[in-house]
Amino acid sequence: MKVLIIGNGKTIYFLSRKFISQGHNVVIINRDKEECIQLARQLKARIICGDGSDSEILKDAGAMGADAVLAITPDDQDNLVICQLASIKFGVSRTIALANDPDNAEVFEKLGITGFSITQIVGSLIEQRASLEQITNLLPVGEGRVNVTEVIINDDSPVAGRALKDIRLPENSLVAVIIRNDMPIVPNGSNDLKPDDRIIIITLPENHGTVIKILTGERS
Amino acid sequence: MRNNLYIVIVGCGRLGSYLANHLSRIGNSIVVIDINESTFNNLSSDFSGFKIHGDATQIAMLREAKADKADIFFATTHEDNVNLMVAQVAQKVFNVPKVLARVYDPKREEVYAHLHIDTICPTSMAAEMFLKAVENGYLNMDGEKS
Repeated sequence: MKVLIIGNGKTIYFLSRKFISQGHNVVIINRDKEECIQLARQLKARIICGDGSDSEILKDAGAMGADAVLAITPDDQDNLVICQLASIKFGVSRTIALANDPDNAEVFEKLGITGFSITQIVGSLIEQRASLEQITNLLPVGEGRVNVTEVIINDDSPVAGRALKDIRLPENSLVAVIIRNDMPIVPNGSNDLKPDDRIIIITLPENHGTVIKILTGERS
Repeated sequence: MRNNLYIVIVGCGRLGSYLANHLSRIGNSIVVIDINESTFNNLSSDFSGFKIHGDATQIAMLREAKADKADIFFATTHEDNVNLMVAQVAQKVFNVPKVLARVYDPKREEVYAHLHIDTICPTSMAAEMFLKAVENGYLNMDGEKS
């Protein structure tokens, strides 16, 4: 996959390193000359020094054939314009813009660009960690319409020792995986839940609270 | 033209302040937003509108300016991307009926025509007039020759 990453700072280095190690072809656009020199030394990527919201620079970077464009500059307006240029002028189907202001994640969606906010992601991670160690929200999928959550079954859990088919979960929710002694099991109705099992559940925001209550006896 | 319009202007530099002063003088309600407070010095003493000091790419600022009530929204900062972003937010989130953004880069202007964002490009306008001057000058020279 050919990925164009526009931005600066440590994030761009570590992200690019990750994509490169996964075998992707990475092109970086960065405004800062010094940083470009550093990145060129450290990474096996094409580095272009310039303004990523300039369509000439995007063209030089090969935006025309890119599979994905990721705009993570510290300025939301630049991230938006970069993604819009990439998708409208160069036909890139997957563009993602960082919303430095968390409110702009929603604004970007309204303007037809996928946005994400690090503040939102880190904030919710900390909240979940702090509130209940037993439950770890792994990731929201489908623009936050689906939750994937890990729950640890303990002795007090009302479902400990019961078979899945006897546990009445609301519609549109699922126990997808049971991890028992580090072995993952994709369960069917006859599998039971035991204390110390870690289970991965899939829920929707509207039934998430109910499912957590059924599995742990507590409200999330 | 109605003279009691509610107009939000982002950017209070030479262009923004000129528009704000003029439109305020003839009786419209104006709100100007600029990230740099000193630009408000460009406003004349009889400017009767509101000034908001802040970053208009934060939607909270546009809410504070009551952009949802605006009849007209002008984006006149010196940064093309700021203008393009706030103009889109005004048009698509706050549904302002008339939105206009200044964009210096003619390449960017093209793309935003696709998104139905009205833009004014001083660069291409000036270029056109210069080219016209060349054309006229050439014709005049031609005329003298014949």
